[in-house]
Amino acid sequence: MDTPFIVETLKLLLAGVPLTLKLAFYSIAAGAVFAVLLALMRLSRNRALDYAARSYVFVFRGTPLLVQIFLIYYGLGQFPEIRQSFLWPFLREPYWCALLALTLNTAAYSSEIIRGGILSVPFGQIEAARACGMSRSLIFRRIIVPQGLIVALPAYGNEIILMTRSTALASVITLMEVTGIASKIISETFRAVEVFVCAGAIYLLLNFAISRAIALLERRLAPQRRGAKPGTGVPEPAR
Amino acid sequence: MTPQPPSPCAVSARNLRKRFGALEVLKGISLDAHEGDVISILGASGSGKSTLLRCINMLEIPDDGDVVVAGETIALRNGRRGGREPVDRRQVDRMRMQIAMVFQSFNLWSHMTVVENVIEAPVHVQKRPRAEALREAEALLDKVGIADKRDAYPAHLSGGQQQRAAIARALAMHPRVMLFDEPTSALDPELVGEVLRVMRTLAGEGRTMLVVTHEMGFAREVSNRVVFLNQGVVEEEGTPADLFASPRSERLRQFLSSHLRA
Repeated sequence: MDTPFIVETLKLLLAGVPLTLKLAFYSIAAGAVFAVLLALMRLSRNRALDYAARSYVFVFRGTPLLVQIFLIYYGLGQFPEIRQSFLWPFLREPYWCALLALTLNTAAYSSEIIRGGILSVPFGQIEAARACGMSRSLIFRRIIVPQGLIVALPAYGNEIILMTRSTALASVITLMEVTGIASKIISETFRAVEVFVCAGAIYLLLNFAISRAIALLERRLAPQRRGAKPGTGVPEPAR
Repeated sequence: MTPQPPSPCAVSARNLRKRFGALEVLKGISLDAHEGDVISILGASGSGKSTLLRCINMLEIPDDGDVVVAGETIALRNGRRGGREPVDRRQVDRMRMQIAMVFQSFNLWSHMTVVENVIEAPVHVQKRPRAEALREAEALLDKVGIADKRDAYPAHLSGGQQQRAAIARALAMHPRVMLFDEPTSALDPELVGEVLRVMRTLAGEGRTMLVVTHEMGFAREVSNRVVFLNQGVVEEEGTPADLFASPRSERLRQFLSSHLRA
């Protein structure tokens, strides 16, 4: 094994970690906000809002992220309206295009996770809150969010990990995040296996940290379900 | 302003109608609860008793008729999708603060401890100081006999304890009227007594209560009025002594004989 080469490669790849993390963090954060909006639209009694959100989710879940990235990066520039708009300084940059694609994509998936979380809150508890005179926003904040979050967290953790890995696709539009740097090293050295093993190890490490953080959050958020296992989570009621 | 009757009406339902699809559940029901009244609402399942209770605090919006709380009529208007809707949701929220509800299935908030359940509405809806709400919550939990469970989560309590916690939660709002929707129907038989005891205590304190129940003992001994619903109308109403001793309608006779036999 060529240890010096691997050490050298790891060093080079680590330089890409900040960009990988930046892409993941900002797209997940912005995507989450958008996803909440989409979930509320899906649950709205307004048909038009519901269908708009449905179509959005259908399109962005039904097409590959890679295609979305290409379409945003190469496609948007075809429209003179966009080239002349205030958005162009952003959409001209591969960084913003990647961020946009990742955000739009994760919003579609996350909105369904969030919708599931919201729907999991037993209706009786919402009625009890209404019967106390709580306003809709108060019910959302105090009753639905804390409980829905606990239900949504395992699936949402998946989504966060998935997104962190998906940032690798940004390399196809010239971004030098971890995978981008890896491709560059390979094109110079032709040592694909070693380099990709190194890159894979970095993603593994990142996602290890993320899954630990999510597990920790889960424990903190749900003291009433600590250590819950199917069938054993809730102790027998005291008689 | 209409002149006030001698004993003020805490809550009154006027000619309430409610239909679910083709089924008309309430066919024009009127009911006045004066301060201090304990009214038991009896009836076979499907007679509309729960719907009546749910219309009073607008968990269901009645299709016709009014609900008046302490002299104030809840303003409703025709909604765009058929049926009616509140003109001002804040008026409904204000009204609901005065009408606490205890549900058949308790409906405690499962992510909060017992004491957190009790102080939730006082702190976040009524904006009372947390320390004061906590002091009061502890007194209330003591009163319903579950002071030792203050930091337990609902899932760790028996049904009877959960229902008593729900009663404490309702009391914490300082309600003018309390609605009980079959509060003991979801309980194991041996747990019914502890909840009924608490409710008797409340009735003894002169609280205004509307109780949908199948507990004939409670209806007879605790309430001062009994309303018997049948197929969406008030079939008979009066003092428990009158109704239980000499039911006038055949329906009530049948209902009583099947419920008192057990």
